[in-house]
Amino acid sequence: MSDLVAESVDMTFRTPAGEAVHALKNVNFTLKQGELLSVLGPSGCGKTTLLNIIAGFIRPTGGRIELNNAEIDGPGVERGMVFQQGALFEWLTVAENVNFGLRMKKHNKADTARKVDEWLEIVGLQGFGPTPTYQLSGGMQQRVALARCLINDPDLILMDEPLGALDALTREKMQSLVLKIWKETGKTIMIITHSVEEALLLGERLFVMAPRPGRLHKEYRLPFAEWGLNQDLRDIKNHPEFVKNREEILSMIWNMEEEIMGKTL
Amino acid sequence: MVSSIAEHRGFIVGVIFIVLSLGLIASYVFGQRLIRTEKTDAVFGNPERALGGWHWVIAGVSSILLVWFYFSWDAARSYFPDAANELCQVAKVDTAINPMRSVFPIDSRLLKGTSLLARDSLQIEQLDRALSKAAFGDAEKAEYGATVAKLRSVLLLLAAPEHLSDETREKLDDIALRMDAATARLADASFPGEPDPAALAEALAQPGWGVSSTEIPDKPYTPRGRKFEAISGEVAVIAKDFIKIKNTGDSFDRTIVEINTEIKALREGLKTNTTLTADEIDARDDYLKQVNKILKRVDDGTVFPPQALDGVEASVIKFEAEVSNQKGTLKLIDAIAMPSGTIVAGATACSEQGSGRWLPKPSDTLGTLVKISDPDVGYKGIPLLWYHPKPLAEMVGFLVPDWIADLVPGQYPRHKPDGTIDENLKTKVLNIATGNFPSVSIPMPMGHIWDSILRVLAGLFCGILLGVPLGLFMGLSRFAKGFFDPLIELYRPVPPLAWAPLILTIFGIQDDGKIFLLFMVAFAIMVISARTGATGTQLSKIHAAHSLGASKRQIIREVILPNSLPEILTGIRISIGVCWGTLVAAEMLAGTTGIGFVENVARKQSDYEIIWVTILLLGLLGLLFDLIMRWVIRRTIPWRGKG
Repeated sequence: MSDLVAESVDMTFRTPAGEAVHALKNVNFTLKQGELLSVLGPSGCGKTTLLNIIAGFIRPTGGRIELNNAEIDGPGVERGMVFQQGALFEWLTVAENVNFGLRMKKHNKADTARKVDEWLEIVGLQGFGPTPTYQLSGGMQQRVALARCLINDPDLILMDEPLGALDALTREKMQSLVLKIWKETGKTIMIITHSVEEALLLGERLFVMAPRPGRLHKEYRLPFAEWGLNQDLRDIKNHPEFVKNREEILSMIWNMEEEIMGKTL
Repeated sequence: MVSSIAEHRGFIVGVIFIVLSLGLIASYVFGQRLIRTEKTDAVFGNPERALGGWHWVIAGVSSILLVWFYFSWDAARSYFPDAANELCQVAKVDTAINPMRSVFPIDSRLLKGTSLLARDSLQIEQLDRALSKAAFGDAEKAEYGATVAKLRSVLLLLAAPEHLSDETREKLDDIALRMDAATARLADASFPGEPDPAALAEALAQPGWGVSSTEIPDKPYTPRGRKFEAISGEVAVIAKDFIKIKNTGDSFDRTIVEINTEIKALREGLKTNTTLTADEIDARDDYLKQVNKILKRVDDGTVFPPQALDGVEASVIKFEAEVSNQKGTLKLIDAIAMPSGTIVAGATACSEQGSGRWLPKPSDTLGTLVKISDPDVGYKGIPLLWYHPKPLAEMVGFLVPDWIADLVPGQYPRHKPDGTIDENLKTKVLNIATGNFPSVSIPMPMGHIWDSILRVLAGLFCGILLGVPLGLFMGLSRFAKGFFDPLIELYRPVPPLAWAPLILTIFGIQDDGKIFLLFMVAFAIMVISARTGATGTQLSKIHAAHSLGASKRQIIREVILPNSLPEILTGIRISIGVCWGTLVAAEMLAGTTGIGFVENVARKQSDYEIIWVTILLLGLLGLLFDLIMRWVIRRTIPWRGKG
């Protein structure tokens, strides 16, 4: 059982003025192995906070999160992370970035080199090993970030708006890549996004979060990720069911935003 | 080779001057043409247009060198090698005639007699006024007033044409005639005739312009120079005779004697006076002293009737016009080629003036550099940059601490009754630790330049070695930041040179003190830059490294250190610059080697060429350091600003 289990997770920040801000309140969910989850919500709903807690960068103020029946305490290799801007080490080459995790573990060198080649091929960057990362385009940098994370063979992959900074075309290609990796590796993947279409496409399950306090608002189970494995993504986007879901979630988020604006006013 | 270059210095400078001028013009024209073509496709403020270009580098360098050649009089020396010597002779003429011309309104606005008369009249008036206000008795006032009136009459006597004696008139006419004769001789092309071979040989044997410590040879060797020198002797005699002529006469002498006697009698009378108080006597005596002082001025008879000197004045003006005429092209050379000062202004000193004085000529400076670059010459017995064989043993002895021998078990041997000493293992180890063994020598650099460089590098090395780890530590730990920050901020704001006297006292004026001083400078800069680098690391990169399984130590080495490299390297670049500046000042303060030391000695001796050589060397080495650092930065952190 390598499920991710969140039990009544609470996260309270204190502002400098001493005010308590509830970033997360009573978040409960279970993510089974091999599931693809996307998390959606208006800005400030605590989705990045939730991800950081799961990654172990911050500790929740209440409740517990378990992966493989062990409580999460600090960052670990079993949870791979892909950041919005790639967060590549620009002083290293593509290959050195990808093999970073294995180098830190002092993994066998020949095997490391073989794995790097393998993963570069999967993400479509074969031959780019010796290239300095600062010379790559944004999409290529995200591919490197994916390979760097996956080479460690994590149980859970956490993605924090990984495709947010890419242009539409590159984004679509990367979405296919994520689906392909999900299918081929059978990893549990959790993606945070602020694009409704992306959340629908890349979510077997989809959580819509609501702000103030940050909480799980609604959960969907969707077929589009499965479809996306062998259908064109643009066709799926025009499917009536997809459009229906999209409009529903959009108006839901729209209402939440309105509510926030009302509150602040 | 070197000596033949030195001999043809003038020619070489001349050629270089022309090449530079052409280079300046050509690069300017090329640059202008480029700008014209760019005007169509670039707007103002487009950074592409600020890219510079080699032609502007040539223009800039040429301009600087041309300015140097011009203001140091090197161009003048090259193109007009005889001009300075000839101007020296003109200076001699000027000096000779000066006592005479100062009488006439040539440089000044008024005739000297006029201004003297005005001054004396004013002072006599003041005497009158002081008398009317004084608390003297009426009888006394009348007595004193009569004396002052007599004084005034003498002054008026001097200005009266009828008082001028025939004898004086004749003397003045004679002076005018002699001046006219001198003018005629000066205009005569054959004057002063064939040169005396011995004198000419002596003049030609003088060291050239700028060769010896007397900057310009002062004996004339050109016909024009000899002419000026010859006439200067004659004019000096005439001027001396003219100054001796006084506007005196029987009535003048008589009246002066009368006034003198009167004043004396009055002052004697005061001494025996018993009716007045001491203060009152002093007041009268002071007044009479004033009268006596003005009498002394009137007495010298330098005031002549208004038209009496007209003849001499005309002759002097004529003579000066002829001097100017004879100078010919020399006037133009003096005005254009020898900026900011003239040799003539230096009178008979025959030295360079203005910028020609403190700005050494590029050719001389280069010559000095070549001269002291010779390791056998050097400066103060030490070469600028050379090598010497250094035994390997010495270095081993320096690196291996002596106490290693103490750790070897056993006792150091004692001498035996027969006076011999047996060596044991302990002694052998000690010999190695102290470098006391035969070894090969390897060449090592040495000299003033090397010493300076070594000090900077040593200080910098220590600063980096300690500063970077501490800086990173401070960037990562609240404790380190809080604990060390005040310590560093306590010493860092103090200008390094303010520390110098103290540091040099504690660590000695040799290398140790200077290296420590530079270490202090570099350390603070390195700490600050490493800290800035460490705190500037993006959190997401540290998070990523964490998720990839890196330990704390690995994160510091693999993420934070490389991420701080741009700041650290910039810090090193700044450190080198600041260390270089501090070092030179510290070397000036104390020490026996180093470029700063050389400059300081040269300063004490006013040796401008050495001063400029050291300035050039310091600039070039500073530039070299910076270029090396730029190259290192380009090579090591090509990703800077692209992350």
